Amino acid sequence: MSSDQVLECDQVAVGLPGLPLLATVHAQLQARRVTAILGPNGAGKSTLLSMLSGQRTPRAGQVLMAGQPVHRLPVPELARQRAVLAQDTTVAFDFTVQEVVEMGRYPHRHAPSPHEARIVRDAMQATGVVHLAGQSVNTLSGGERARTHLARALAQVWEPCPDGAARWLLLDEPTAALDLAHQHHAMALVRRWAVEQGVGVVAVLHDLNLALRYADDVLLLAGQHGVAGPVDAVLTPDTVARVWQVQCTAVRSADGVRQLLMTADALVPAG
Amino acid sequence: MSTAVLGKPRQPSRRMARLAPRTALLAGVALVLLALGWASTRGAYAITLPELWQVGLQAVGASDAAAEPPAQYLVFMNIRLPRLLMGVAAGAGLGLAGALMQGLFRNPLADPGLIGVSSGAALAAAVTIVLGAQWFPELPRTLGSWTLVAMAFAGGLAVTALIHALAQVGGTTRMGLMLLAGVAVNALAMSGLGFLNFISTDEQLRNLQMWLMGSLGGARWSAVALVSTVVAAAVAAGLALARPLNAIALGEAQAVLMGVPVERTKRLAVLVTALAVGAVTAATGIIGFIGLVAPHWVRLVAGPDHRVVVPGSALLGAALVVAADAVARTAVQPAELPLGVLTACIGVPLFLAMLRQFRGKV
Repeated sequence: MSSDQVLECDQVAVGLPGLPLLATVHAQLQARRVTAILGPNGAGKSTLLSMLSGQRTPRAGQVLMAGQPVHRLPVPELARQRAVLAQDTTVAFDFTVQEVVEMGRYPHRHAPSPHEARIVRDAMQATGVVHLAGQSVNTLSGGERARTHLARALAQVWEPCPDGAARWLLLDEPTAALDLAHQHHAMALVRRWAVEQGVGVVAVLHDLNLALRYADDVLLLAGQHGVAGPVDAVLTPDTVARVWQVQCTAVRSADGVRQLLMTADALVPAG
Repeated sequence: MSTAVLGKPRQPSRRMARLAPRTALLAGVALVLLALGWASTRGAYAITLPELWQVGLQAVGASDAAAEPPAQYLVFMNIRLPRLLMGVAAGAGLGLAGALMQGLFRNPLADPGLIGVSSGAALAAAVTIVLGAQWFPELPRTLGSWTLVAMAFAGGLAVTALIHALAQVGGTTRMGLMLLAGVAVNALAMSGLGFLNFISTDEQLRNLQMWLMGSLGGARWSAVALVSTVVAAAVAAGLALARPLNAIALGEAQAVLMGVPVERTKRLAVLVTALAVGAVTAATGIIGFIGLVAPHWVRLVAGPDHRVVVPGSALLGAALVVAADAVARTAVQPAELPLGVLTACIGVPLFLAMLRQFRGKV
C-alpha cells in the first residue's frame, strides 16, 4: 500500500508533558479501514488521537501522514486532509446547526467546491440533523450536538483531495452521547465512508461490541506498548480479562458477527 | 456522496428569528444616515433642512449663491460636519473593537477596555495634563496641539503591548492570562490616574475630568481625517477576521483543527483593536459602553455570524455616537453634556429593553 494511504505511528511516545509516559505506539493505520482505539480510562487514547491529528507533538517519535510528520504540516493543508471530532465542543454564541456545519468548510474557502451548499445540506442529512438546521446548537441535546459536530467533521473532508492522498476522520468517542440507534447509525455511516470512499476512520471507543461489529482493526492501549491488529485477533476474552479485569465469553450474533457477552459476576478476582 | 439518513425528525424546527445579513447591514446604514440627518439640524446654531440643502448645494459648487457664504454654511462646514464625521469614525471604531474582543474572548461581556487601550490612553493623558509642563516641556513645541492626542495614543498602545506580552506562553497568546493581566494592569493604571488626580491643580483636574468623560467638541478636519483613516483600515482588517472568529467560537483548539491560523488571528485582532480604540480615545477621550453594547445588539437581531456582527457593530456604533453627541450638544444649552456620560445614559435603557424582549435567547 502506498504511503499516502497510511497514517503511521513511528515509535510515538504517548503522554502529556510533565506526566509519566503512558505508552509507546508503533503501528500503521490504513485508509479504507476503520481502526478502533481501545483501552481503559487514562490509558492515553485521547492523547494519542491528538497526536494523530497533529494537535499535540509526540513526546518522542512521530506521526506520519502520507509520509510527512503531521505536527510539521501547515495547519490549512492538514485541515483539508483530516477532520477531527473532539469529545466535547462548546460553542460560544447562538450559532445555528447549519452555521456550525458550514464552519467545517473553512479550509476550502480559497478553492470552494461548486457544491458548497449541497455539501452542508448532505452532511446534515447524513447525521440526521437537517430538521434542526435553523436551531441554535446551544438548545440541542447532547446527542444532537454530537451529531451536529460529526456533520461538521464530515463536511470538512467531504470531497477527495485533488492529489489523491487519503482523507482521515479522527473521532474521539463519537458514540458517547448517542442513543442505541444513533450509535449504530453513526458507526455504520463512518464505516461506509471508509469502504466506499477510501477514508481512513480512527475512532476512540469504549463499547467493545461496537468495535467488533464496525472496526477492521484495533489499536489497544494498555501497558507500555500499544497492540495493533485485526479486531477479531486482538479482542479475545483473555485480552479483555487482562486489560479491563472483566470476564466475558465470545458469542456469535444472529448475523454472524462475533460479540462479547460479559458475565454476571464480571470482575476478575484479584491476583 | 453518502445519502444515508440518521433518525427521524423529532420535532418541528424552531428557527431563530433573525434578519438576513444583507437586511441587517442595510438597516445599519439607514440608521447611520438617519442619525446624521437628524444630528445635522441640531445644535446651538439651529440649521433647518432647507438651509442644509442650500449648504449642500454650495459645498459641491452647484449653487450660484452670493460670493459671501452665509453663516449656516460656515457653521456647518467648519464645526458641525467634522464633528458629525468624527462621531461616525469614533462609533465605528468602538463598535468594531467590541465585536472583535467579544469574538476573541468568546464572551459577550468582553469590552475593548479589557486589553488596556482606554486605561493606557487615560493614564498617558493624565501624565501629559498634570506633569507635562515639568517632565517634557519641550514636547508641545514639536507636536503642538497634537501633544495630548499623540501621548494618549502612545499610552494606549504601550499598555496593550504590555498586557499582550504578559499573556505570552511558549509562543502562544493565552486568552485567560490576557484577561487576568488586563484586569491587573487596568487596576494599576487606574491607581496611577488616581494619584495624578490627587497631585493635580484645580485647573488640571478640570481638564483631565473633561477629557476622561469624552467629547467630540473641537473635532478638527485634520483629526477627523486621521481617525477615519485608522478606523477604515481597522474595519477592513476586521472583516478579514470574521470567518476565523466564527471558527474560534468552537474553541481555539477546534479552530486550529479546522485550519484556522488562530495565533495570527489573535495577534491581529488585538492590534486592530488597539489601533482603532487608541486613535478614537486619543482624539475624543473615553466614550464608554458603545463597544460593549453594539455587538450584543447586532447578535440579537442578526445572529452571531461575525461577517454580520463585525460590520454591523461598526454601523450601529456610529449611529449611536452621532445621535448621542447631538443630544450632548443640545440638551443643556448653552453648556454641553459630556458624551461619555450620555452614551451610557441612552444606551443602557435601550439595551435593557432589548434584553427583556429577547430574554429567551440570551
